[in-house]
Amino acid sequence: MEPHVFSNLVTTALFAGLMLALWGARRSLLWRNAGRELVRRRPISLAVVAAYALVAGLDSIAWTDPHDAVGEDQAVLLGVARTVVDRFFPADFQEASYSAPLADRELYGGEPLSHPGAHWLGTDIIGRDVFHRALKGARVALIIGGLTSLIVLPLALLVGVSAGYVGGRLDDAVFFVMSTLASMPSLLLLIALIMVLGVGTVQVCVALGVTGWVGLARLVRAETMKIRELEYIDAARVLGASELRIVWRHVVPNLMHLVVITFALLFSSLVLSEVVLSWLGIGIDGSWGRMIDQARTELSREPVIWWSLLTASIALFALILAVNQVADAVRDILDPRTAGERS
Amino acid sequence: MIAYTVRRLAYGFATVLGVLTFLFALFFLYATPEDMARRALGEKAPPQALEQWIVNHDYHHPLLWNPDNPGQTLIVDHFRRMLTFDFGRSDADDVLVTRRLRKGVGPSLSLTVPLFVGGLFVSISLALFVATFRETYIDRAGVALCVFAMSVSILLYIIGGQFLIARVLRWFPISGFDPSPEVIGRFLVLPVFVGLAASFGEQVRFYRTVFVEETNRDYVRTARAKGCGDGRVMWHHVLRNAMIPIITRVVLAIPFLFTGSILLESFFAIPGLGSITVDAIHENDFATLRVMVFLGSLLFIVGQIATDICYTLADPRVRLE
Repeated sequence: MEPHVFSNLVTTALFAGLMLALWGARRSLLWRNAGRELVRRRPISLAVVAAYALVAGLDSIAWTDPHDAVGEDQAVLLGVARTVVDRFFPADFQEASYSAPLADRELYGGEPLSHPGAHWLGTDIIGRDVFHRALKGARVALIIGGLTSLIVLPLALLVGVSAGYVGGRLDDAVFFVMSTLASMPSLLLLIALIMVLGVGTVQVCVALGVTGWVGLARLVRAETMKIRELEYIDAARVLGASELRIVWRHVVPNLMHLVVITFALLFSSLVLSEVVLSWLGIGIDGSWGRMIDQARTELSREPVIWWSLLTASIALFALILAVNQVADAVRDILDPRTAGERS
Repeated sequence: MIAYTVRRLAYGFATVLGVLTFLFALFFLYATPEDMARRALGEKAPPQALEQWIVNHDYHHPLLWNPDNPGQTLIVDHFRRMLTFDFGRSDADDVLVTRRLRKGVGPSLSLTVPLFVGGLFVSISLALFVATFRETYIDRAGVALCVFAMSVSILLYIIGGQFLIARVLRWFPISGFDPSPEVIGRFLVLPVFVGLAASFGEQVRFYRTVFVEETNRDYVRTARAKGCGDGRVMWHHVLRNAMIPIITRVVLAIPFLFTGSILLESFFAIPGLGSITVDAIHENDFATLRVMVFLGSLLFIVGQIATDICYTLADPRVRLE
């Protein structure tokens, strides 16, 4: 299967999954109220996150052009899949080298550009449009956060719940594994894992997942141990519910607030970790971290080239700030200890 | 108490063995010596060269089981070397890893200790200040500033700090290091300052939460009823009662003083352990990387044990069973 078809399918599946989860959450009063409260407290941050998600989603839907849609001079593009975001820009939207925002000449040579005044945020060293690259970074950031969470959340939930609910030897073993993993400095472990697994999107996400699941698993384990002793669990057992049913219907739903809080808090730390990895040369292609890393030396040029760095930084910062704001509100709303306090 | 300490130490040792097993699985079973040789010599290296590399770096013994000589396996070698701190030579340039570590500890500590002490002092003071004015605009502005500061990547603090303070204002050198006492300060001010800026948001917010939780306790009301002012309540009563979470955090941070700050050291060209790690990454030096992960976790485990023992000293309510 071609990569862009796969990407389209995954995007559709994820979107469907998200809708299903939202629909499921709407049926419960607790989640409906929490959602309403979240929208009330953080409308702007939610909108920012949604805008990034929209750009990332549009950048994940791609198709190739049929032969007659592409003009003679764009023959290079035949067979190349372009996403919806790519289609906002002309197909040959590239210059020879640096140009300042909205400039009509190259920065160094002074040659006229092929798209004068069209590069809102300038171009980078090989003439790619900075605004276009920054938009495409949204997808990478969401893949880092999303794919890693898809690894972390089920794993942590499975391990944490089984250790906490079954207890005994299994719990001892799981606790040992968790304390072993937690005792390794996370950045070093991350580096070691990527060095061994190799560089690539999936590998980086797996490595981030391995270093990230322990925290949630610990929380889930402790909470499960508390829930296990509660009376409604005994009541369910007296009524003849099987152990699996008790776990699925009575334990797991009461852990979901932990999962949501952790997901929100994890997301920004994952994206920030990737920036550091990019700088170490083991990040993901096309991420804002890569842009920042490539733009790092441009500040010492004369005249200073600031637009790549600034654009990537602001794109990154706005997403992280919005996610942090949402995460804070989510924690305040869902955490029973702080639920009574104001935001 | 003694029984507890012994048990705690035994569990710590078991965790060290767990870490070593994990490292063995990662660096020998998943990435085999052939893989390492291929990474070091390139994909197109002839088989003899790979063979030679493996023998030169002592990776030629069987992995798990040697029927001729049971002691001559890589797993035994790995455990013996790590546990006796005989780390062997680097995969990249055959320098003894231990010698390199010894050289790197000094520069690392000279960066991380001021950063750590300064950070602790600044963030606890700021957090106490903000917590004194909890539920006011000062508090809200402080928390908002913290979230703002947390949302900026540490890379940007470094790049921005170097550009603004070193390049535009020319107050301090952009990077470099010199251990002689007269000039060391000039090189360290900027990295320490940047490190503080990058970490204060998260720290202040954490300590603020701890302090605000404490200020809702009964003893605070009692102290106020006795007529204590804000300053005395916060610095005397609240700070001392909030020691447990503070100690946990502080002691667990100490190990990372030794492993250094990878980013700061490498950007500011400080030849510490963090720089060694970065070089190891670029040179595919698995031997050094392995040692760094092992030492990092060893120090962390020791720190954890120390924390548990510190609890009893800081808080007589904690009884170790």
